[in-house]
Amino acid sequence: MSEPAIVLDNVSMMFNLNKEKIDNLKEYIIKFFKGQLNFSEFWALRDISFTVEKGERLGILGFNGAGKSTLLKVIAGVMKPTTGTVKREGVLAPLLELGAGFDMNYSGRENIFLYGATMGYSRKYIQSKYDEILSFCELENFIEAPVKNYSSGMRARLGFAIATAVDPEILIVDEVLSVGDAKFRIKSEAKIQSMFDKGVTVLFVSHNTDQVRRLCNNAIILDHGRIIASGTADEVCEIYEEMIHNSKK
Amino acid sequence: MFKDLYKYRYLLREIVVKNIKIQYRNSVLGIFWTFLQPLLTTIVLVLVFGGMFGSRDAQLLNYPTYLLCGRLLYEFYTQSTKRAMRSITLSASVIKKVYVPKYIYPLANVISNFITFLISLLVLVGFIVYFNLFTDKPTNVTPYILLAWVPLVILFITCLGIGLILSTMSVFFKDIEYLYDVFCMLLFYFTPIFYNVKSLKVSPMVMKALMANPMYSLVSMFRSCVLFGEMWNWNWFWYSLGFSIVMLLMGTLIFYKKQDKFILHL
Repeated sequence: MSEPAIVLDNVSMMFNLNKEKIDNLKEYIIKFFKGQLNFSEFWALRDISFTVEKGERLGILGFNGAGKSTLLKVIAGVMKPTTGTVKREGVLAPLLELGAGFDMNYSGRENIFLYGATMGYSRKYIQSKYDEILSFCELENFIEAPVKNYSSGMRARLGFAIATAVDPEILIVDEVLSVGDAKFRIKSEAKIQSMFDKGVTVLFVSHNTDQVRRLCNNAIILDHGRIIASGTADEVCEIYEEMIHNSKK
Repeated sequence: MFKDLYKYRYLLREIVVKNIKIQYRNSVLGIFWTFLQPLLTTIVLVLVFGGMFGSRDAQLLNYPTYLLCGRLLYEFYTQSTKRAMRSITLSASVIKKVYVPKYIYPLANVISNFITFLISLLVLVGFIVYFNLFTDKPTNVTPYILLAWVPLVILFITCLGIGLILSTMSVFFKDIEYLYDVFCMLLFYFTPIFYNVKSLKVSPMVMKALMANPMYSLVSMFRSCVLFGEMWNWNWFWYSLGFSIVMLLMGTLIFYKKQDKFILHL
């Protein structure tokens, strides 16, 4: 079980923060000639290196603005790091902002195939998982209706059902799994637990040390873009609780 | 840049199908708009410009068909490049969450427009059949009509290249869309859609400038095959082919260099 699923090597991410956001040509040309195109550098991540083994469940702790979302985006391949490299093995399913890839004018059924294709799966493969997805999200009566008429809970349920049905090898879970109503929450937690048992690799972002202790075996703390602590979940959670305690003083 | 196209071929297919489906979903006449729109606009253009440019010019052979050929190609060019231009900003919600090769969006939009364009060519077939069977102004149907796909392929490559450039620019500068609308309007008048360059009474300099427009070469090649039934002028072929390849290379290069910065501006 010591094959790495994710390897980050000296990853740094720098943003150019502009004082005002310029998004049109007119302003850009005016500012350019006035010499007002100033950027200030902001390092969201600095020299992050770690390895996540296959089947490992890593908790990522940190205050707001510590760089957690940036780190997840870099791992998911959405952002390319300024320096350093990211290596991933296996299919990755981000369980964050579920249903973000839906087309609002498309029906639920059509969106299942579109979302599946976004993750790189064929129509045939999704067809074989179709019944499972449908029975899991319990939207049988609405599946032919356009997604724009769905409630946000229904959308999240559909998104969760698709993202977990395809047997991803790496799961990115953001914050509490507050999907849908209480009944669906129990169901989705059971689903996640069963994926844990199958040995899926998990990245879990949270503020809640109890959840991290319960779900993860290892953890790291991010602060101002750096890893300031890493180790087993219990050790790291203790450090984090101390940090919270100190900052309250 | 195109190495993971094979892995994401399903996504490409899904987006192409989606674009075509969504376009006609909420209209009563559905796919018939593909035929009705060019038919109606051509009728209007024939009524407006027919007296001025059509009746005196025997070179044009058949003015309505002449006009339709130009209009169909122009419409495909503007629609596909405009859709490609907006494709990245419209897919921001996906691009921000999941890794997908981003060129898939402009590519899929040009392809889906190309498919609706091919369907709309049935109107042209209808025109040719009608004018040859029921009027005394037939078009010249010869085996050269089978070569009509050549200018269309070159046009497709051109649109893809320009679409990649525009989609990159529109991520960084939102006002490109308005500028491009104006450009497309000018292009309508500077492409010989409703007039014939050779019978314009303008100075040789202006005429050369009009002929330098790659759309002139493409429209002329298409008309040679479909309307006049003769081989095209090879200058048109080499010029437009060269232009399309340069555009595709430029588009790929610009898109490739800038694609990692998209996320910071979406």
